[in-house]
Amino acid sequence: MSKDVLTPTEKAVVKALQGDFPLVPDPYQRLADEAGITKEEFLACVKEMQEHHKIRKMGAVLAHRNVGFKSNVLIAWAVPPERLDEVARKMAESSSVSHCYDRNTAPDWPYNLYTMVHGQTREECEQIAEKLAEETDVHDRQMLFTKKEWKKQSMKYFKEQ
Amino acid sequence: MMELTSFDKSLLNILQGSLPVCSHPFAAIGEQLGTDEQTVLERVRALKEKGCLRRIGTFFDSTKLGYEGTLVALQVDPDQMQDVAEAVNQYPGVTHNYEREGKYNLWFTLMTPAKSKEHEILTEVRSLPGVADLLNLKAQKKYKINVQFKLH
Repeated sequence: MSKDVLTPTEKAVVKALQGDFPLVPDPYQRLADEAGITKEEFLACVKEMQEHHKIRKMGAVLAHRNVGFKSNVLIAWAVPPERLDEVARKMAESSSVSHCYDRNTAPDWPYNLYTMVHGQTREECEQIAEKLAEETDVHDRQMLFTKKEWKKQSMKYFKEQ
Repeated sequence: MMELTSFDKSLLNILQGSLPVCSHPFAAIGEQLGTDEQTVLERVRALKEKGCLRRIGTFFDSTKLGYEGTLVALQVDPDQMQDVAEAVNQYPGVTHNYEREGKYNLWFTLMTPAKSKEHEILTEVRSLPGVADLLNLKAQKKYKINVQFKLH
């Protein structure tokens, strides 16, 4: 399936870009060398992949805990299906919410909307959750606070090829 | 936690937004901040070393790369949590695996190049000793996938 989605050049660009971005004066030259193409070809391919939204973002992700966001919680909300779109859009607008996905439910799991909320403390996360609940009038939720991080890493694509 | 200067905060806000796609991107950032390439690079390296930056890199839309993604919730016997968590970690498509509060106490994201592979992995995970239940929570729609924090 994946072999039809990207051109060979795009695949080489993905493989080169998916590691850490080189912190050197001319990083794209180094990445282009890795991909076996010219820098001009590499830059053109990146721009095209951005235009087609194959690349979502190039940039930094902060270590939240080290810049003051010491607590985070995954909140699962049970939203009436007819209000899902409206509620999801509203929650996504909050600057405390980093992720907002609508997901399928299960027989004993009626929660269909997931938000990742970040705050300075657990109490702040709870306050943000309460505010989101009031603003949207959705009160059935599960606060899935993290107990332990077992794994956190970025995806390595086309490793098998 | 290290004290961030106002220069650091401006730099982090720019870096979180978008890396310029051009020769000498750090010189371009320097121009925005009224400084030079060398200063930007030194500061970025320092922020990374001090643990303020988790990663500087590229984030792809996995679906557009031909991958299937999902969130999986497991109900795990607490006594067997470590064995289950470590077994789940073995799969390269598992990028996040967190123990959480609640009835479903282990949550992981899984990315696979094909649905059949996903099914195969979830069948194996479901049969691990200590796993009482498994929910496969496919995203229908992504309203926000932006891990960005404005620093003031």
